Amino acid sequence: MHELGITENIVNIALDKAKEVQASKITKINLVIGELSGFVPDCIQFYFDFLSKDSIAEGASLHFELAPAQFRCRSCSTVFCPQNTIWTCPKCQSQSVEIAGGRELYIESIEAK
Amino acid sequence: MRKIEVIQNILEANESIATQNQCLLDKHKVFAINIMSSPGAGKTSLILQTIAKLKNKLRIAVVEGDVASTLDAERVKNEAVAVVQITTRYMSENCTLIANMISHALQSLPLKDIDLLLIENVGNLICPSEFILGEHKRVVISSLPEGDDKPTKYPMIFADADAVIINKLDLLPYLDFDIPAFRHAAEGLNAKVKFFELSCKTGMGIENWCSWLLNEIKANSQKLI
Repeated sequence: MHELGITENIVNIALDKAKEVQASKITKINLVIGELSGFVPDCIQFYFDFLSKDSIAEGASLHFELAPAQFRCRSCSTVFCPQNTIWTCPKCQSQSVEIAGGRELYIESIEAK
Repeated sequence: MRKIEVIQNILEANESIATQNQCLLDKHKVFAINIMSSPGAGKTSLILQTIAKLKNKLRIAVVEGDVASTLDAERVKNEAVAVVQITTRYMSENCTLIANMISHALQSLPLKDIDLLLIENVGNLICPSEFILGEHKRVVISSLPEGDDKPTKYPMIFADADAVIINKLDLLPYLDFDIPAFRHAAEGLNAKVKFFELSCKTGMGIENWCSWLLNEIKANSQKLI
């Protein structure tokens, strides 16, 4: 249940940006969430509806772009999207990898009028 | 209608408070470790064993994070220089400590009289992996009764760990815990991780863990000069 604080941050960042560009209504917030991050879009949406009430972000839709998990093999440097939880390099079968993508959590843009 | 580019990390607020926490700790030469595990893996027991072993060499304080109760703080209060209990049940994040909670805790600790701060996170293998606190090292404990599949099931917390402790080693004869398989899975995502196999019950292996900790503290203090 750590999405409440995160959603507060999302609302604050969006409202600050809208103020900066003198927008009167936020209609959409585009978010990028990595597949490996521990955040649940449905939970964020639930808290967002509650936290954005009576602000210019009320009623805005949240769009979640899921960034896929990506690993880089430490032996042969192949970058791959894992097909299972064993994370074996498809090229050299090594199981020693580093995370190359999938931990993102950021606001990409807002749509406003 | 217009689209306005933002590109802002949502965790930035936490990360910036964590950086401030580490600056404050460094200013007072306090080395902090964030101890994470599932409930019951032995975080408080490790803290008690570490204090018993090192209290003649270091002044040690503890921050206890729990959803409810002050049980853990009571267990360590007679052993540590100072203890702060953080109870998260009424906070917006109740499943993990976050940097802001540590920032408040640091205000009530006598930092100039502390060398080592042991931060016991809320028992949870998922949420604490997302939040840095300002610690110098991240430590994850897995205990034998939990099974050897935890690095595969909860990879992120192991991916960022500086040290992984395998606790309750005294139970090895009674359980089917494959230590090499566990280590292989944890190392797969984290090539730099250090492993310590120990038992907080018998004290076996505590010496190695404490030697590593002393070396890390020494290395950090040399970096600060």
